[in-house]
Amino acid sequence: MPTVAMTVNAKSVSGEVETRTLLVEFVRDQLRLTGTHVGCDTSQCGACVVHVDGRAVKSCTMLAVQCDGASVTTIEGLAANGELHPMQAAFREHHGLQCGFCTPGMIMSAVDIVNRLGVPSEETIREELEGNICRCTGYHNIVKAIGAGARVMNGGT
Amino acid sequence: MYAFDYHRPSSVRQAANMLKSNGEAKLLAGGQTLIPTLKQRLAAPEVLIDLNGVEGLDVIELKGRTLHVGAMARHADVANSEVVKEAIPALAALAEGIGDPHVRHCGTIGGSVANNDPAADYPAALLALGATIHTNERKIGADEFFTGMFETALEDGEIITKITFPVPRRAAYSKFPNPASRYALVGVFVSKRGSEIRVAVTGAGADGVFRLPGFEDALSKRFAAKSLDGLTVDADDLNGDIHASAEYRAHLIGVMAKRAVAAA
Ligand SMILES: Cc1cc2nc3c(=O)[nH]c(=O)nc-3n(C[C@H](O)[C@H](O)[C@H](O)COP(=O)(O)OP(=O)(O)OC[C@H]3O[C@@H](n4cnc5c(N)ncnc54)[C@H](O)[C@@H]3O)c2cc1C
Ligand code: FES
Ligand code: FES
Repeated sequence: MPTVAMTVNAKSVSGEVETRTLLVEFVRDQLRLTGTHVGCDTSQCGACVVHVDGRAVKSCTMLAVQCDGASVTTIEGLAANGELHPMQAAFREHHGLQCGFCTPGMIMSAVDIVNRLGVPSEETIREELEGNICRCTGYHNIVKAIGAGARVMNGGT
Repeated sequence: MYAFDYHRPSSVRQAANMLKSNGEAKLLAGGQTLIPTLKQRLAAPEVLIDLNGVEGLDVIELKGRTLHVGAMARHADVANSEVVKEAIPALAALAEGIGDPHVRHCGTIGGSVANNDPAADYPAALLALGATIHTNERKIGADEFFTGMFETALEDGEIITKITFPVPRRAAYSKFPNPASRYALVGVFVSKRGSEIRVAVTGAGADGVFRLPGFEDALSKRFAAKSLDGLTVDADDLNGDIHASAEYRAHLIGVMAKRAVAAA
């Protein structure tokens, strides 16, 4: 079995995987980072979104072996020094979740949106959420939370 | 997913040799079609050859009046490229409309073109812009390349290395996306370069992407949406499915074509 080595949430990790092991399986089953969820396993829902080398991707649609040498950030890697990341704080503040199943993927996507687009308009946020499905909230508070998180990430309050 | 061997070559030549020496081998590009297909066990290659380790396959550049896009250029790279936005803004806009941000971060133009999904966006652009598909072995014109649903002129062991597009004077793409998947229910790409007008339709054809000579003739008299008034498309050759009937798709082709011409 091939060995993969990568940086996950700023820590070097390695492990033996099958070539067909998905990145999300490696992260959840081997690294025990279970914040990343599997909603559909068919590349539709975005519950499994993580960042690979700085870009948001669906970890159910990437092989672990493809990430050998890569830098991966999961939802567990956002909070620093016991403080929630501003986007996590915004989701709590604006009630951007109900059951919370979609939330890790939503937040990883949200951070990616802000990294790329700064403080996007409400319309842009809605377009950018094309690949993230939420079955509870009706999206409204998620959109509000992302707008608020974006302002804080860009130095506002 | 069935088990397979995995290789990550660092050059096109190496990848080509691996393809030739392994019977049931498949190339892996962005994985956004191939990995779901493997999961569903619709494909079971013995070997996957990952193109992500090959350097220089994602270059985007303008040489004279020709835009070169490397096979491994991601949809997001094409969408955000200043070179593409300047040369063929319609192509950048098309890439921006594929799937969702996560798919655009991974999916590549080479993978999309090789796959030739009947509802994919890029095939319409290649056909309407008169693009050329470059492989490790030869060059293939778009008119010869797309040979049917999920079928192309690629031979076993052939690797797409880049796509070249002559820069048009006017071009636009108009798509009616499937509201769930964002694939084209119907997409129409129009272009005008000198006196040559090309109109290509994706999402609707029973054999995949196709041109509309009747629309092209009408537009060569005058390149205006009004020139398409009264023209219809025969529903007999079109796809009908749970998403839309063939008749509805035929109607949408007219609407999307007019919108594209108006936007070009
Ligand atoms: C949720 C979702 C939504 C999507 N929405 C859209 C959409 O709206 N419009 C659209 O057009 N597409 C859409 N797609 C498909 C997406 O664009 C894929 O990225 C694309 O079809 C395949 O590109 P890839 O790089 O991911 O290729 P892969 O999946 O890696 O490969 C696809 C096929 O091409 C072959 N291949 C790859 N590269 C080469 C090469 N250089 N030479 C020869 N053969 C090669 C592979 O062997 C494989 O058979 C969507 C996909 C998903 C998951
Ligand atoms: S689990 Fe990956 S997209 Fe749904
Ligand atoms: S909060 Fe339940 S799925 Fe989004």
